[in-house]
Amino acid sequence: MKPLEGLVVLEFCQFLAGPSAGLKLADLGARVIKIERPVKGEACRQLSIKDLFVDESSLLFHTINRNKESFAADLKNPDDLVLIKKLIAKADIMTHNFRPGVMEKIGLDFNEALTINPKIIYGTITGYGTIGPWAKKPGQDLLLQSLSGLSWLSGRKSQEPVPFGLAVADLMCGNHFVQGILAALLKRAKTGKGVLVEVSLLESVLDVQFEAITSFLNDGGQLPERGDVKGSAHAFLSAPYGVYQTQDGYISLAMGDLLFIGNVLEVDLSQYSDKHQWFASRDEIRELLSEKLKTQTTDHWLYFLQKEGIWSGKVLNYEELGSQPFVNELQLKQTVQNAAGEKLVTTRSPIQLDGAVLLSTKAAPKVGEDNLKIHEQFLSE
Amino acid sequence: MKPLEDYLIIDFSQFLSGPSASLRLADLGARVIKIEKPGTGDICRTLYTSDLIMNGESSVFHTINRNKESFAIDFKQPEELEKLKKLLAKADVVMHNFRPGVMERIGLSYDAVKAINPNVVYASISGFGHHPDLKDLPGQDLLLQSLTALTWLSGNQEDGPVPMGLSIVDMLAGAHLAQGILAALYRKATHNVGANVQVSMLESAFDFQFETITTFFNDGGELPVRTKTNNAHAYLGAPYGIYKTKNGFLALAMGSIPVLASLLKCDALLQFPENKFTLRDEIKNILATHLQTQDTDFWLQILEPADIWCAGVLNYQQLFAEDGFKVLEFTQQVEMLDGYSYKTTRCPIKIDGAYFTSTKGSPKLGQDNEKIIKEFITA
Repeated sequence: MKPLEGLVVLEFCQFLAGPSAGLKLADLGARVIKIERPVKGEACRQLSIKDLFVDESSLLFHTINRNKESFAADLKNPDDLVLIKKLIAKADIMTHNFRPGVMEKIGLDFNEALTINPKIIYGTITGYGTIGPWAKKPGQDLLLQSLSGLSWLSGRKSQEPVPFGLAVADLMCGNHFVQGILAALLKRAKTGKGVLVEVSLLESVLDVQFEAITSFLNDGGQLPERGDVKGSAHAFLSAPYGVYQTQDGYISLAMGDLLFIGNVLEVDLSQYSDKHQWFASRDEIRELLSEKLKTQTTDHWLYFLQKEGIWSGKVLNYEELGSQPFVNELQLKQTVQNAAGEKLVTTRSPIQLDGAVLLSTKAAPKVGEDNLKIHEQFLSE
Repeated sequence: MKPLEDYLIIDFSQFLSGPSASLRLADLGARVIKIEKPGTGDICRTLYTSDLIMNGESSVFHTINRNKESFAIDFKQPEELEKLKKLLAKADVVMHNFRPGVMERIGLSYDAVKAINPNVVYASISGFGHHPDLKDLPGQDLLLQSLTALTWLSGNQEDGPVPMGLSIVDMLAGAHLAQGILAALYRKATHNVGANVQVSMLESAFDFQFETITTFFNDGGELPVRTKTNNAHAYLGAPYGIYKTKNGFLALAMGSIPVLASLLKCDALLQFPENKFTLRDEIKNILATHLQTQDTDFWLQILEPADIWCAGVLNYQQLFAEDGFKVLEFTQQVEMLDGYSYKTTRCPIKIDGAYFTSTKGSPKLGQDNEKIIKEFITA
């Protein structure tokens, strides 16, 4: 059996961070019910990339909300609010990412929820915590990357700040939210009492930088400095760490014994025999390696490097990645299907349990798709 | 009471992925014992970055391994392995990040540990799972970023592959392993059964890109294209990006172009009545030129009251001076057994109104041997 089987989660969250956590809980076996406003539903349904939609909701929404149910209710309508409170009484977990103050106004803050259900696990995601001058700022991923110092870690020294090209603050926060909720379940199993779990995008995007921040804190406040050669990959790591162009593509070299790597590639690096230079002179060294690596194909170099156990690999794009046999062999894709029979291909849970991958064919719901069933199961008496 | 109080975790993992998971579990209240090789220990102890060595070991090690104990034992010796098994028999969780096959050779596979501890939660991180062609490849962060095409999402169009500048795949795999362990512990608490939890860096890197990979799968196989300048997301239109100002940088998320044109008094933008995705390079170009004419604060004071999603771009020095950062009390001071103390970050999760802090620094190699032997092995 899946570990969270039998647990009911009410998800009031919108967009990415909260719903990505709901998806993880669903894949681990929980029954996740999205509480959505009638007709329009969650805001992410209209947020598309490349104008891709499936049954009137964006592909983005479908990616994040598969394996969930939908209950449409208007939290500002007193009759609907009564129903929601009845649902809370039967639920194990509820999550939301409204800005501080919103659930208080509706009358569904943690204390209210506890009076309805003394064993409820109540999870909230904010942008910046609930106090201080930033508490009301919009909790948007790029803004969090920018404020947290993250944009100074990628790219090259002579470049402007380079953000991560994915919603990393949202996604890491969603991951931490799952951890907090699961820990709360363990706490509840011992105490029998409700638990409040709080995470914020800011703390999560800072946690991702725990190594860089700890260095900053103990190194006299020195800022991280990126390398300045194309393909620089880590502000704190020595040569050869980075990506290099070859005759027909790109190759990555991770950390390793620089002099040995020089020998294998037939680049004379003897003047860098002192290990400290591998960091201090990394741009110079990486230039020398770049010149050499350009002259042959990726496969040529990989043959010699991997034969010697040197940590190196190919740089693929999605097309090349998608055609790797391991994508199917490791079941990295799955097909989901909605109530109308429409199908789409997406990814799956990254966690394997007892030797099996966690799969589900259930696509994202339409707004209010499960109202009837939920009424019958939870609200009919 | 911390949620994982009274849980015992025996951790064989090294470097970042596994140890970052056990750090989280330690902060949530578990007792984590690192199993290390006598003499050298976790390789991360000597993995120096930025030449920053703290109390004789790498800053990275100290960051990831605070709040843990260390048991140095040469478990390749049969008699030592027998001792270790006594400890494993008492564990709630046994975790490692060796390549597939290593724990089997040592005699500590899931089945072997299960034989001495039937309800154990056994957890492992690999690079690529048990795929026969991949299992012996090094599960290293940059190589996984490269293999899974993550490098084509950041930076500008002509930059070539741009890796994310920290070990993001390691951290994701660690986060997912912690989730799997916690879920399995919940099942153990409610149903009294053990589990075998497996995570690979490959699957974690796929999960991280679930939106863009799903888009690729359903988009006729079109590759992501980064903007020529100011790129922050290959799939998002203008203005999404970071822009240079007269004295720094400004981040602009979503926003209607005509609204921005009027707020910023940028007439050149008026030729774009809507946020056309195909014109994003042109729009960004005009914005980039215009935003350089004033200071960051000048723009923020216009845009923030109008509810445009924007922010300054800070470095650590600037961030640490902000009240919005200070109120989080995100740093903490920890102390090692020998009195050496250092500052680091804390757990990002808050439960029942309290942060999880701990003053316990990282362990010296084998510092807890005597106590652990007495408590679990000779007792």
